[in-house]
Amino acid sequence: MANKVFMLSEIVKVENLKKYFPVQKSFLEQLLTRKMSYVKAVDDVTFSINKREIFTLAGESGCGKTTTGRLVVRLLKPTSGQIYFRDQDISKLEGERLRLLRRKMQIVFQDPYASLNPRMTVGDAVGHPLEIHGVAKGEEKEKIVLDVFDQVGLTPPEQFLNLYPHQLSGGQRQRAALARSIILKPELIVADEPVSMIDVSLRTTIIDLMLNFRKELGLTYLFITHDLAVAKYISDRIAIMYLGKIIEMGSKERLFLSPTHPYTQALLSAIPVPEPKRERKMIDLKGEVPSAINIPPGCRFHPRCPDKKSECAIKEPQLMETEKDHFVACHSN
Amino acid sequence: MPLLEIDSLAVDYRTSRGAVHALDDVSFSLHKGETLGLAGESGSGKSTLGLSIMRLVPYPGVIVKGQIKIDETDILKLPESEMRSIRAVKVAYIFQDPMTSLNPVKKIGAHFVELIRTHEPRTSEKEAVERAKNVLKNLGLLSERINDYPHQFSGGMRQRIMIGLAIALNPDLVIADEPTTALDVIVQAKTLDLLEDLRKIYGMALIFISHDLSIILERCDKIIVMYAGHMVEYATSPDLHKAPKHPYTQGLLQSIPNIELSDQKLSAIPGSPPNMVNPPKGCPFWPRCPYAMEICPVKVPPLIVSGQNHLVRCFLYGE
Repeated sequence: MANKVFMLSEIVKVENLKKYFPVQKSFLEQLLTRKMSYVKAVDDVTFSINKREIFTLAGESGCGKTTTGRLVVRLLKPTSGQIYFRDQDISKLEGERLRLLRRKMQIVFQDPYASLNPRMTVGDAVGHPLEIHGVAKGEEKEKIVLDVFDQVGLTPPEQFLNLYPHQLSGGQRQRAALARSIILKPELIVADEPVSMIDVSLRTTIIDLMLNFRKELGLTYLFITHDLAVAKYISDRIAIMYLGKIIEMGSKERLFLSPTHPYTQALLSAIPVPEPKRERKMIDLKGEVPSAINIPPGCRFHPRCPDKKSECAIKEPQLMETEKDHFVACHSN
Repeated sequence: MPLLEIDSLAVDYRTSRGAVHALDDVSFSLHKGETLGLAGESGSGKSTLGLSIMRLVPYPGVIVKGQIKIDETDILKLPESEMRSIRAVKVAYIFQDPMTSLNPVKKIGAHFVELIRTHEPRTSEKEAVERAKNVLKNLGLLSERINDYPHQFSGGMRQRIMIGLAIALNPDLVIADEPTTALDVIVQAKTLDLLEDLRKIYGMALIFISHDLSIILERCDKIIVMYAGHMVEYATSPDLHKAPKHPYTQGLLQSIPNIELSDQKLSAIPGSPPNMVNPPKGCPFWPRCPYAMEICPVKVPPLIVSGQNHLVRCFLYGE
């Protein structure tokens, strides 16, 4: 029974979340038409993340996974919809209350070269959040920084304190970025492609580090990736996004064993497998992902779908629970 | 007679902080119609090797030693003027980023016409346009699109155009340097299928450079694994997959997730790739190697034959 209560404890809940970015028009176009056009980056997304879970948003570039991640930590303001962190609606928070929230949720970016200030020593950069949030300063701060360096495997920690980012390797830089993300003891970390710029031989160490933090610090992750092989290794549950919408969501076992949505099927069939001369049976999709400004009517995947029916061009399918804990947005199911 | 024969090639980058040995003692040969994968992490020298074959190593890189023979001619001895009859005609190169390799103010057709007429001056403009249209058709693009500019194409289409430019003069060898790294998986798989189909039709050999060992295992006949400027292993794709010999190759294979396996246990290679300005003495892999012995930091191991068509640079093998 206790176990069940734990499983149900949602830490993040996102409901009907939308983010539309207005498209900049030329002066002439502004005179000629009143109608605004929008990039519908995130278009009605609903999901929740349980405590200590690794929930992954996966999809091709432009599907809205990064925008969703940035909305969850409120680096962006949603156009509409709700984001709950624990029981609090954070979708409209501003100012001091938003700043307080930042202690609880952190983000790790893809490019460790760009996310550390080149003029700050790694020690200062990692300890900076402690000062901003008035947690510690001076010697006390340094002690915490050294502890965190030790946790992320930047050892011996004293040696790294006064180094600048350019003196670190890519892997070490991403460790420093991870150190900064955990130093305030947050509850949720949004990790946006944290390993895609890191050499293959070092990826596993970064992934294992993240898995360890979950165990030791009780962290919850929203993991964002285009690499489904990495997603399969790390996640508990996965949501596949296409043009701003979740089209399939469920446990990774179910999703990889028998993908239901035609897009998921095509995506999985295209992933290279490290085996020689395999006869792959790739599902051929027509064309490429359309622009998020002109989203096709009905099901947004229908122009490329190999199994489309007449209703697909007219009615948009909703994300429905087709079996326990597995959700699909497709008229065929 | 091999199409390409490289013998003890060495390339240095002469930087202000001293010479960086980007390639050291690289030897292999490639026959007509074969596909060879060059696998390795950033800084392993795989792109430098590809560019050496075109004699396009960027400044301050210098080929300091070795031979590169194409059809029995050592191209390192040719004057620069004669390299024009090699580049694009015998050996073509596909770069990673199609947006920076296509001229944004020129129509796609103009790229083809310029290429064809530079190397075959007797071809008329009209004939060159016809040939360009034909290539576009082979790429699965409409031939009218010859009048479009690069920005009017998607990333996947632009990379297909790069492939088209590479095969336009029907070269014997195409070097594809991370041709699909910037593309999404579905487009990547389609692009690789296209490259494979065209390669078969035109009977070209292919050198495929990638950091992604999965793609190389899937698509190439033979594989060279590079580490810190050295060839550490050379084998057929099935041999490398079944029985990798070099500890680095073994580590690399154990760190690649495979979506067809459930409950896969990945392990990492400890440490980080070496700083090439100041690499470790002896075998460059020894600081990360689980089997390092006393001799490893002392001497660079030679590339030795270990099994049929299988070469490895490691003291664990041999006598």
